[in-house]
Amino acid sequence: MQITSPAFKENARTALADPQLQKALVHVRSGFIDKRVKAMDALPEFDALRDSARAIKDHTLTHLDLYLERYEEKVREAGGVVHWAETADDARSVVLEICRAAGARTVTKGKSMITEEIGLNDFLEKEGVRPVETDLGEYIIQLRGEHPSHIIAPAVHVTRDQVEADFRREHDHLRPDRDLSEPEALLGEARRVLRAEYFSADVGITGANFLVAETGSSVIVTNEGNGDLTQILPRVHVVIASIEKVVPTLEDMSQILRLLARSATGQDMSVYTTVSTGPRRPDDPDGPEEYHVILLDNGRSSMLGTEFQDMLRCIRCGACMNHCPVYHAVGGHAYGWVYPGPMGAVLTPSLAGIDKSGHLPNASTFCGRCEAVCPMHIPLPKMMRHWREREFARGLNPATQRYGLRAWALFARHPRLYRLATSLALPALSFFTARRPRFRYLPLAGGWTRNRDLPAPPSRTFMQQWREREAEKQGAHA
Amino acid sequence: MSGREGIIGKVRTALGAKAGDAARTRAVHERLLAAPQGVIPARGQLPHAKQVRLFCMMAEKVSASVQRVKKPDSVPRAVAAYLRAKNLPSAVRMGSDERLAAMPWHTMKSLEVKTGAADPEDEVGVSHALAGIAETGTVALYSGPRNPTTVNFLPEHHIVVVDAKDIAGDMETVLASLRQTFGKGKMPRTLNLITGPSRSADIEQTLLVGAHGPRALHLIVVDGG
Repeated sequence: MQITSPAFKENARTALADPQLQKALVHVRSGFIDKRVKAMDALPEFDALRDSARAIKDHTLTHLDLYLERYEEKVREAGGVVHWAETADDARSVVLEICRAAGARTVTKGKSMITEEIGLNDFLEKEGVRPVETDLGEYIIQLRGEHPSHIIAPAVHVTRDQVEADFRREHDHLRPDRDLSEPEALLGEARRVLRAEYFSADVGITGANFLVAETGSSVIVTNEGNGDLTQILPRVHVVIASIEKVVPTLEDMSQILRLLARSATGQDMSVYTTVSTGPRRPDDPDGPEEYHVILLDNGRSSMLGTEFQDMLRCIRCGACMNHCPVYHAVGGHAYGWVYPGPMGAVLTPSLAGIDKSGHLPNASTFCGRCEAVCPMHIPLPKMMRHWREREFARGLNPATQRYGLRAWALFARHPRLYRLATSLALPALSFFTARRPRFRYLPLAGGWTRNRDLPAPPSRTFMQQWREREAEKQGAHA
Repeated sequence: MSGREGIIGKVRTALGAKAGDAARTRAVHERLLAAPQGVIPARGQLPHAKQVRLFCMMAEKVSASVQRVKKPDSVPRAVAAYLRAKNLPSAVRMGSDERLAAMPWHTMKSLEVKTGAADPEDEVGVSHALAGIAETGTVALYSGPRNPTTVNFLPEHHIVVVDAKDIAGDMETVLASLRQTFGKGKMPRTLNLITGPSRSADIEQTLLVGAHGPRALHLIVVDGG
């Protein structure tokens, strides 16, 4: 999809001034956080499971080539086909080939972020294949011509009134007097429309939460049941998954499953966890006749062996964005690409380039909540700092920032100079704020003072105050 | 197959690994063979009778309804009673699972039993579970010639029969029994782990039970199964 991350600042400003969006974002702040805490508190082993899950992924990533080879072998044994796609372009071509071979006019889709990453829907439409999203949230945003603003709640930026308006606009069979004011009615309408689509589709496309090397299985985790209808009704099932989704065994899947739903929606288990292995077997009464897996790299292999390798442990639960004050304020679209929030601030520069997404790792208060809630112990703030360093090293940030950082570095590396400068600066600053202890305007700090006052610093530096306190303590002991 | 060599090659280079490195190959082989269990929550590690009770409680917590019957022969009566209570037509869809087939459905005179894969018109599907998982109130079902997967998803009401003796404390026990049935590294086409009826919270985070899958999940636990 088109990347608008370079315009993050404008995007954020627009988002902050959008009353509908701000109304919708309240649900992120209120819903996810409490549910996660409740589920976590009910499982004393939660932290031990996090350590276990991290160890599983670390082991898998350092042996990724071997597990991928083993996985492919097992898929083939079960009668499935594995396609390897180095780039988004490769993956799209494979999907199109499969659709053409199946004579597909309509494909149904389970919720999948990876198909967003490769911009599959726009591509298929251009090629004359109609993609139909079947997850309720995805269906809503497809009607709106939008992209997901959250990795597990794609339509979290939309209010129910907007959904009603969208349905009335797009579903021309709806009578004007049909009551759609309640979410139940909207869901019922979507269910009715999509039922017909499942049966008319020739190909069903899903993502995967896990690939199991031991058995050659792909695993999807859903609540609505749409992913299952998508993969059992059409003649062809296509799974698109990135290479880091592989885990060694079913037991490893089970360990991580205990973290996934709890961290995402606060459920102990999602409603449907489905393990699929190959196409339908001889004498099976239903299921797809063909089973394809597209393994996508798209930049992930170049994260291995770098300071960003830990990011490949991510299981896409969304907990980091659910707890992020920046995401709460601006929502997901402002980030300008597929993956928003803290995980997106690390992943987008890796996959789409830091030259286009330098604002994202800077759009953080470094409060640390994302790392604290991450079930896979991913050090997100640390990795955002790494991106800031790379951005600086490549000279990508603006000149004022670079000079400012250089000046700061000079003082930070020369403590005496630092102490001298601060001991001169503070009395000067407090001279200007003797009557009102705050600044309404300060040169070079316009970005701050445009929207709020800057509190005046105390007249003595921290070091001076510390020395005095220590001296007092000494005096008291003497 | 250029994509394959490209990706595997890039991964190896990034990891600083060589193709055919014996120590790495052995590490992977041993890991797959041992399939270590990791952390198993204490929640389900109970005497069996308590596991069954925990299973029922957890299933009800996720909006499934649960009914316990004494023997397999009581299942058709329980199904007919469910249909009456919900005001549903007297017809069910099911596969030809041996355990279901052995039940006295013919004694329910007015009940129509259709076998085979589900149709979009079917309102009630009946399946027999491989196992129940007490930890989360989950039922495990797998596909096969006698067990169509569509029965689990198309009908609005899904009735799942589970034998109390097949209820285990945790998922790992069920995975181990699958391995015993199918052999190491082999799986049925579809393994469904189902925890409650379908649901969605995609509109304003309001939880709605009944999305694209069944709107109701009714579990019949057979004590003397």
